[in-house]
Amino acid sequence: MISYLLRHLQVLFYTLGQLTAAPLATLMTVAVIGITLALPSGLYVLLENMQRMTAHWEGGAQISLFLQTTTSDSAAQKLAEKLRRTPGVAEIEYLSADDALLEFKQLSGFGEALDALDSNPLPPVLVVWPAPDYSKPQALEALRKSFSKFGEVDIAQLDLEWVKRLHIILRLAQRGVLLLGGLLGMAVLLVISNTIRLAIFNRKDEIQIIKLIGGTDAFIQRPFLYSGWLQGTLGAIMAWLLVTLGLALLAGPIGDLAILYGSQFNLANMALGPSMALLGIGGGLGWLASRIAVGRHLRAIEPT
Amino acid sequence: MILFDHVYKRYPGGQEALKDICFDLPTGEMAFLTGHSGAGKSTLLKIITLIERPSRGQAIVNNKNLSTYPRRHIPYLRREIGVVFQDHKLLYDRTVFDNVALPLVVAGHRHQDIGRRVRAALDKVGLLKKERVYPITLSGGEQQRVGIARAVVNRPPLLLADEPTGNLDAALSDEIMDLFVSFNQHGVTVLVATHDLRHIKRLRMPVLTLSQGYMVDGQQKQGQMDL
Ligand SMILES: Nc1ncnc2c1ncn2[C@@H]1O[C@H](COP(=O)(O)OP(=O)(O)O)[C@@H](O)[C@H]1O
Ligand SMILES: [Mg+2]
Repeated sequence: MISYLLRHLQVLFYTLGQLTAAPLATLMTVAVIGITLALPSGLYVLLENMQRMTAHWEGGAQISLFLQTTTSDSAAQKLAEKLRRTPGVAEIEYLSADDALLEFKQLSGFGEALDALDSNPLPPVLVVWPAPDYSKPQALEALRKSFSKFGEVDIAQLDLEWVKRLHIILRLAQRGVLLLGGLLGMAVLLVISNTIRLAIFNRKDEIQIIKLIGGTDAFIQRPFLYSGWLQGTLGAIMAWLLVTLGLALLAGPIGDLAILYGSQFNLANMALGPSMALLGIGGGLGWLASRIAVGRHLRAIEPT
Repeated sequence: MILFDHVYKRYPGGQEALKDICFDLPTGEMAFLTGHSGAGKSTLLKIITLIERPSRGQAIVNNKNLSTYPRRHIPYLRREIGVVFQDHKLLYDRTVFDNVALPLVVAGHRHQDIGRRVRAALDKVGLLKKERVYPITLSGGEQQRVGIARAVVNRPPLLLADEPTGNLDAALSDEIMDLFVSFNQHGVTVLVATHDLRHIKRLRMPVLTLSQGYMVDGQQKQGQMDL
């Protein structure tokens, strides 16, 4: 058993030696695999981050009541009082047109451009936080409908709508990343099986000689399988580094953006599980690719 | 050890390389296989090592019927046969030691075992001091002796050689032939293909002669073979 392991280890080191004997070619292959795997991995990490960011939004559903621009301050206050006593309303905040404009100026940075306007284009807004027992989508929808019946209310908007939509879009994007990952995985398969095919033909004489002196197919294919696995794994490590680098470059601007929207948000790198999965997928693709190449070409090389 | 019974070999191109070959090489014997170039000597050796399959007839090597021998078992059959080639067929990116060790590595021998056996084989061919060098730095005769060491390192019961002295001068070629004789004296069955009649005269061994695919001499045992 130990000698069996030792023999495999020997082949592994031998393979590593062969790969480092042609460092440029190996580096190119690994880079191609790395970039190919980095694309779906990076998108996956970004999606994970977006999901994390939006996960707690669902609980804090709000209903925004955009009032007619002609509504006076006192009328709006009165409506707020009335709504506060309605069942299902936990909390209500009144944002006058002036307040809304002030807030928008501060947050958007368009202050001077807005100063140029001679009238305030923003409507006054009532923001309603529903009571916790009204958090079900149907209850919220019923609440929104009842609000929209008031004459002062121009638009009653359930903010859950876009959260829901966002989640659907995120799910769709996830599918897209999966699909892209599948396609690019195929590309990796082709790249590695092609390098293995070349390696097999480069060592045609050696393969013939080993077959002549009684080497089994299993013995001959072993270094090629290790080579494919190694290339895939190294490519996955490269992809991980690229994703990490990309996130580091994005972290600054995204943090600034989050502050602009009054929240704190840190981009998280790939978690341990997905990182390991990436390594496994890279190695597995490499192994599979070399199996395909070996299956197609090794048998054809017979001593003459 | 080797038994051919009405063996034919037709190559895919239609070339009939062997026709109606019958002979028997008993265990422990040594024989020469001779004939002009193109007579079918290499083809006959390739059938014994299952590089080629017989088209018709029965060929039995070490009690195995080659016509029906399963492909996946071929490596194990080849481990029982040491083969020496005219062009050596060495791996030039590996040392002499690694070349000679290859049959043992392939067969999964233990590490300590390999060192001991490789040195014993190199000692027999007089190349013990060259184990660390690369074959390209060796002379033709030395390279051929590396090939012989590799052929005998796992002590096969059968040793084949295809024109092993083809590129060597007379003195070197005699040395090589004497090596085969000494292996035979240690009990190995040996079959050497050569068109050098000098060895045949010098060493008084049985001779199998091929001519245009037919065996014209050495069929004296055919009577016993009609099974
Ligand atoms: N792979 C092959 N395909 C077709 N014809 C072959 C092949 N190998 C050998 N031959 C033919 O078979 C005949 C015997 O060849 P060979 O066994 O190499 O003879 P020898 O070794 O005695 O010179 C020759 O006519 C040769 O051209
Ligand atoms: Mg020949």
